[in-house]
Amino acid sequence: MKTKKIAVFGVLIALAFVLSYIESLIPIPVPIPGIKLGLANLVVMTGLYLVGEKEAFVLSLVRILLVSFTFGSPSTFLFSFAGGVLSCLCMILLKRSNLFGMTGVSIAGGIAHNVGQILIAMLIVHNVMMVYYLPFLLISGVLTGFAIGLVGSLIIGNLKKYHVMQGKGR
Amino acid sequence: MIKRNDIILGVVALLVALAFYLFFSLTKSDGSKVEITVQGEVYETLELSQDQSFLITLENGEYNTVVIEDGYVRMSEADCPDKLCVKHNKIHYNHETIVCLPHKVVVEIVNGEANTVDLIAK
Repeated sequence: MKTKKIAVFGVLIALAFVLSYIESLIPIPVPIPGIKLGLANLVVMTGLYLVGEKEAFVLSLVRILLVSFTFGSPSTFLFSFAGGVLSCLCMILLKRSNLFGMTGVSIAGGIAHNVGQILIAMLIVHNVMMVYYLPFLLISGVLTGFAIGLVGSLIIGNLKKYHVMQGKGR
Repeated sequence: MIKRNDIILGVVALLVALAFYLFFSLTKSDGSKVEITVQGEVYETLELSQDQSFLITLENGEYNTVVIEDGYVRMSEADCPDKLCVKHNKIHYNHETIVCLPHKVVVEIVNGEANTVDLIAK
């Protein structure tokens, strides 16, 4: 079983890496710092529901490191790190609460990601007025989170059908 | 797949966004000055009423160009990697900002009236 876990983990990291790159190629119509489609979050979600909490968190960290070192700069690392970690922790907590389905968890992740990024931005430029972006960050977090959550639950549904992590229990 | 709570979460977040948006747009007022800060320190303060093009040069040679036109401010040019600041809409109202994160440059509309009051008080 351990080998299988390593293999699945490797595939997920590779997927998250590629999706992050694809995402960087898609232009965002609203010029507000911190807003992203969150394609890579699809993989973190899959990891969270298919493998486990710890694994999803590590997956998220490894992805951020890889992407920052390859395509980003030291400052983009800080932003991705803040957004990614906050989003992942938020999703883990909401999943644990058992109150929400994948879509809700994903929406919370989307919002947390955007808010985390803008918080770091406020710290870096020493300007609190960036709080004016908050409504847009919330709305985009809900929309992208909803979309990613829907797709994510389809993916998990199918993966479970094919027993990708068969024998691991949950 | 979608639980009732998921919908509630989404709707509540949207309502919060709407509340913030309404609050911000109801309290917005005209600004009179343009404050440019680099890494949290005031770099230059310009008059919003005076049309001009202003070049911000950072210590490492990187630059941003701010243009003031008909009471609106926009970032016309920058050599930052993401160019989010250049794509940003032009700003006009008090407290609106254009941020260039890679350069840590913030262009903010401020209300210069507080300063005038101070001057009179002196």
